[in-house]
Amino acid sequence: MTDSKYFTTTKKGEIFELKAELNSDKKEKKKEAVKKVIASMTVGKDVSALFPDVVNCMQTDNLELKKLVYLYLMNYAKSQPDMAIMAVNTFVKDCEDPNPLIRALAVRTMGCIRVDKITEYLCEPLRKCLKDEDPYVRKTAAVCVAKLHDINAQLVEDQGFLDTLKDLISDSNPMVVANAVAALSEIAESHPNSNLLDLNPQTINKLLTALNECTEWGQIFILDCLANYTPRDDRESQSICERVTPRLSHANSAVVLSAVKVLMKFMEMLPKDLDYYGTLLKKLAPPLVTLLSAEPELQYVALRNINLIVQRRPEILKHEMKVFFVKYNDPIYVKLEKLDIMIRLASQANIAQVLAELKEYATEVDVDFVRKAVRAIGRCAIKVEQSAERCVSTLLDLIQTKVNYVVQEAIVVIKDIFRKYPNKYESVIATLCENLDSLDEPEARAAMIWIVGEYAERIDNADELLESFLEGFHDESTQVQLQLLTGIVKLFLKKPTETQELVQQVLSLATQDSDNPDLRDRGYIYWRLLSTDPVAAKEVVLAEKPLISEETDLIEPTLLEELICHIGTLASVYHKPPSAFVEGSRGVQHKRLPGSAGSGESVESPEPASAAVPEASPSIIPSQGDLLGDLLNLDLTPPTSTAAPPPTSGLQMGAMDLLGGGLDSLLGGDLGGNPMGAGFGAPASAMPPSFSAPASGGLDDLFDLGGGVGMPTGAYTPPKTMWLPAMKGKGLEISGTFARRSGVIQMEMTLTNKAMSVMTDFAIQFNRNSFGLAPAGPLQVLTPLSPNQSIEVSLPLNTLGPIMKMDPLNNLQVAVKNNIDVFYFSCQYPMSVLFSEDGKMESKVFLVTWKDIPNDNETQCQIKDCHLNSDAASNKLQGSNVFTIAKRTVEGQDMLYQSLKLTNGIWVLAELKVQTGSPVFTVSLKCRAPEVSQAVFQSYEAILRN
Amino acid sequence: MIHSLFLINASGDIFLEKHWKSVVSRSVCDYFFEAQERASEPENVPPVIPTPHHYLISVLRHRIYFVAVIQSEVPPLFVIEFLHRVVDTFQDYFGVCTEAAIKDNVVVVYELLEEMLDNGFPLATESNILKELIKPPTILRTMVNTITGSTNVGEQLPTGQLSVVPWRRTGVKYTNNEAYFDVVEEIDAIIDKSGSTITAEIQGVIDACVKLTGMPDLTLSFMNPRLLDDVSFHPCVRFKRWEAERILSFIPPDGNFRLLSYHVSSQNLVAIPVYVKHNITFREGSSQGRFDLTLGPKQTMGKAVESVLVSSQLPRGVLNVNLNPSQGTYTFDPVTKLLSWDVGKINPQKLPSLKGSMSLQAGASKPDENPTFNIQFKIQQMAISGLKVNRLDMYGEKYKPFKGIKYMTKAGKFQVRT
Repeated sequence: MTDSKYFTTTKKGEIFELKAELNSDKKEKKKEAVKKVIASMTVGKDVSALFPDVVNCMQTDNLELKKLVYLYLMNYAKSQPDMAIMAVNTFVKDCEDPNPLIRALAVRTMGCIRVDKITEYLCEPLRKCLKDEDPYVRKTAAVCVAKLHDINAQLVEDQGFLDTLKDLISDSNPMVVANAVAALSEIAESHPNSNLLDLNPQTINKLLTALNECTEWGQIFILDCLANYTPRDDRESQSICERVTPRLSHANSAVVLSAVKVLMKFMEMLPKDLDYYGTLLKKLAPPLVTLLSAEPELQYVALRNINLIVQRRPEILKHEMKVFFVKYNDPIYVKLEKLDIMIRLASQANIAQVLAELKEYATEVDVDFVRKAVRAIGRCAIKVEQSAERCVSTLLDLIQTKVNYVVQEAIVVIKDIFRKYPNKYESVIATLCENLDSLDEPEARAAMIWIVGEYAERIDNADELLESFLEGFHDESTQVQLQLLTGIVKLFLKKPTETQELVQQVLSLATQDSDNPDLRDRGYIYWRLLSTDPVAAKEVVLAEKPLISEETDLIEPTLLEELICHIGTLASVYHKPPSAFVEGSRGVQHKRLPGSAGSGESVESPEPASAAVPEASPSIIPSQGDLLGDLLNLDLTPPTSTAAPPPTSGLQMGAMDLLGGGLDSLLGGDLGGNPMGAGFGAPASAMPPSFSAPASGGLDDLFDLGGGVGMPTGAYTPPKTMWLPAMKGKGLEISGTFARRSGVIQMEMTLTNKAMSVMTDFAIQFNRNSFGLAPAGPLQVLTPLSPNQSIEVSLPLNTLGPIMKMDPLNNLQVAVKNNIDVFYFSCQYPMSVLFSEDGKMESKVFLVTWKDIPNDNETQCQIKDCHLNSDAASNKLQGSNVFTIAKRTVEGQDMLYQSLKLTNGIWVLAELKVQTGSPVFTVSLKCRAPEVSQAVFQSYEAILRN
Repeated sequence: MIHSLFLINASGDIFLEKHWKSVVSRSVCDYFFEAQERASEPENVPPVIPTPHHYLISVLRHRIYFVAVIQSEVPPLFVIEFLHRVVDTFQDYFGVCTEAAIKDNVVVVYELLEEMLDNGFPLATESNILKELIKPPTILRTMVNTITGSTNVGEQLPTGQLSVVPWRRTGVKYTNNEAYFDVVEEIDAIIDKSGSTITAEIQGVIDACVKLTGMPDLTLSFMNPRLLDDVSFHPCVRFKRWEAERILSFIPPDGNFRLLSYHVSSQNLVAIPVYVKHNITFREGSSQGRFDLTLGPKQTMGKAVESVLVSSQLPRGVLNVNLNPSQGTYTFDPVTKLLSWDVGKINPQKLPSLKGSMSLQAGASKPDENPTFNIQFKIQQMAISGLKVNRLDMYGEKYKPFKGIKYMTKAGKFQVRT
């Protein structure tokens, strides 16, 4: 007799039948009926119609029946809140039952009924249960507080349950402590700054004591909680480590990984020369290795975390390479992770072994895995210089197998090897050329074309090879087309005599027959370069390229630090900060490694709102922790965010970019003065749409620069301040200032890419603001902005935008977008940029207006430490469009009468008193709109002080 | 914490769902099904799958996917470990963990799941505590229950849940007091084509079956405890004592449990108990290939190698094979290309071999991939690492228990490349 019989009652009238059975007098029949109801519920049938009948069965001494009814209640109370009230009395009664099991069961079930009306009744029984004499009831009640908080947070706070919960951390029973910690941690997740888990040495001590005695799950809660604590000094850190280390031998892998997290974090505080530090390092390796002998799902999570650990502390596992060797029946997700870690651990000492393995993998059945293995060989070559030769010969062996996808993959990585070790392995080109015909994937074709173009002078039949590709030009993908264009131009520059026809052909294909703007623009630019100045063309196209390095696929250090603090969590599996993806964490605490690692303390933040957030969010790199797609993204379209190599110098950078994604930097940086640009002449804002493709960015910028630089005005421009720190901008740092140059308000910014990936697609928008400031044109940024590169951008503004009064008045909220994200920051512009050039008032009008404005509108303020005489002050102010209308000298005091006009037409009249020999100026302002006075004062002060 | 659990069978039906917080719609499993479709093999479904509002963490056991739904940041290992515990509990209760067994005992399953998690927090996962709360179904009990109307839910608070030894219930009584320990070692190895060991490591466990009256306190000591430098203990083991004296001291749970698991890493020298001689060749342009495989024992300390099973995924180009085993039987599935040879016991005097030819697709080129042989075997009365128990003592109780120790070595993931 099994329960499956409960599933068979699918005939009509079933509910009716059940109803009758539930109301039966016989206990046994009742129980059977409830079981049937539960069974129907589990398979998703709607049995909510039976609610009153089932609830009637609740008042029973039979524990099993009671539990079954509770199960039912939890499922359906939400849909029948009024009916659920019927159950309350029984619950309250059960909470007083002499049997602690029943008391706990009642309080547990009540917490699961997510109905507001019921929760009100829950408070009293819960309060009693939290102080129950039986620890089993207390620990159940602790969890119940978390449940209640989820339903009604306010209620929990008002009733003081949080304090009771905090008290339970000091409970004598370790299970109660563990559950209290778990409940508080869950509540704290929705209150990031509430400081619920106030960790101090006393509580830490209690937690460590409970750690030894509670269940495995409790240990996980406690360890995760410990990881949030920052010890006061290295001694405390060591003592905690010592007490946590035994957990590394726990059978539960989650306990082990949580313990690893605590140790990895607290280790940061230990001095490296300490004996204990070395001991700890040694102790960490075995448990991590053991995790790899577990089930594949556990292995996967462990491997993702080990990937982080080896990046942070490669010494822990440097001797354990072999455990990451792939078994042929590992699931694919385990294989790929192992491969990635193998490359991270590869060093001169073990490279022979690694290569032998990788070669073995390249003959496996799974195509994806084989491809990754081949790429991994390329990564090894780039990472371990001494092994490069061996890697290349391994790749050649693989090419000899003639397996199509292996060959293609090998060619792609050989291209990367050429980038790293130029002029070293060209002897293999002949072998590569033999396989030209078998290449059918765009990436491999593009790589091959790049190689042919780059080494055109050494390949006798380079022109024939490239010509063969040209035949099907229109059927190729953009990547190949772009590469072919560049390749043929390179060839032409190297062997101009015999390839003229070819270059003509490709240029006309690119410019006339293509509707791809990138291709067309690049074609035009090459064409013009070649026709105007072949020498410059040579310098640009054949410029020396920066080397690539293996660093590109590492996780960015700030992110890595944060992830180390999150070992064992989802964040560590996805290699993204928790803020990036977990829904439900309404605010996120950013964690940082303590001690030496916490170098860049939070940068000064321009907006007061953000000051509440203690740590700014670190930059993100789109996870390319996997095998990096290709080390240098020679010819992909800009939005693909593969990391580009760090530039070696500005000039080289420009040249590389030219060959790479866009020609922009060529025009923006190197040939800024070339009159050729005039041919494209059109104001930035009026550029035809086809020019707003990335390649044209540089052109626009050229004009901006012409307009922005070198205007000889005396206008005061405050120094640049940090607006968006890199920590908040996912690697984008923006500092800037505002200036007024020849009547145009300019927003001058320095954009710096501190992330490790290229940034593209910049755009800017302003929120409504007091004076309607708005960008007069799009944000022109040299695309792409490579890592560690910064550029100066000058954005002309107008005052035609929508108006909303801000506080302070000159506050401006800005949103900047790039390919990674949208970032918001606010900054304050000096009022002086709004002082218009026609702000000089007639002296008569001045007098009348001065009298006309009521005295209430007059404000006065002093400027101290201003060592200027009145004439110098007047000149200075004039430079910023504050015009002196009259000057009077009374008893050694110079009185300057001045006027200025804001862009929105508000006039401000001023009287500046300068006492000869005294550094204190007195300014009185009169204005019909006195709100602006304060900001105008600030401008006065700023102008005069500088 | 853990929000919901869905059990999905091999054909993609959700046959059980359980929610510990608010109800999560079944449609969330669509993301799982998508991932399942993309995976080439059932075991290749990624264990963590993101969806817009939830995360799905799954394990595949006994051809059932256990899919847990979580909403906030929860350690994935925590979830996976818990799911394993669910599987173990089902197996413990019903003997097998199959769809049929779960459906047959759906009410017990539901009661169990309810007891195991509260609001997503683990509540009682120790088998002996659960068994006090919910009695496992037996034919006898179901019959008795039906007749007497009693229930299979315990009326008492499980005592173990609050004691300092939560894994042991009080008042245990046996007429025959016995304690058995099995030292089982699995050897994982990769052997390259020339026969040299690329990597070899040993995963060992000591499983115990202890049926002792009262509160016995046991100590177990080893001849060579130094081998155990990487160990994971059952919570009952006193860690300090182990650190100081290398002695396992513990109050055992009642019944079957895993006392410890250990790992002897690849850096130690690991003895390889079998060798494989192979010669698999394909000639260019011929539709025939030669297959020659011989097995032999080595480093077995005179113990017999038994239950040997060789399996291999042959290259896709192989149409069929015609082989001649010197002992045992072989099968070849022309669709999956899986070759499996049940060898039995290796006789050192007459080494087992499997020889013959493979037929390839006519005109096809020589296969690119090299097959890997997966070898399974068992060796009784030997722990390949050399681990030996020195003595087992009992304190705290007066009677003399019956003690026994068994050793066994098995192949884990033992692979020979060609």
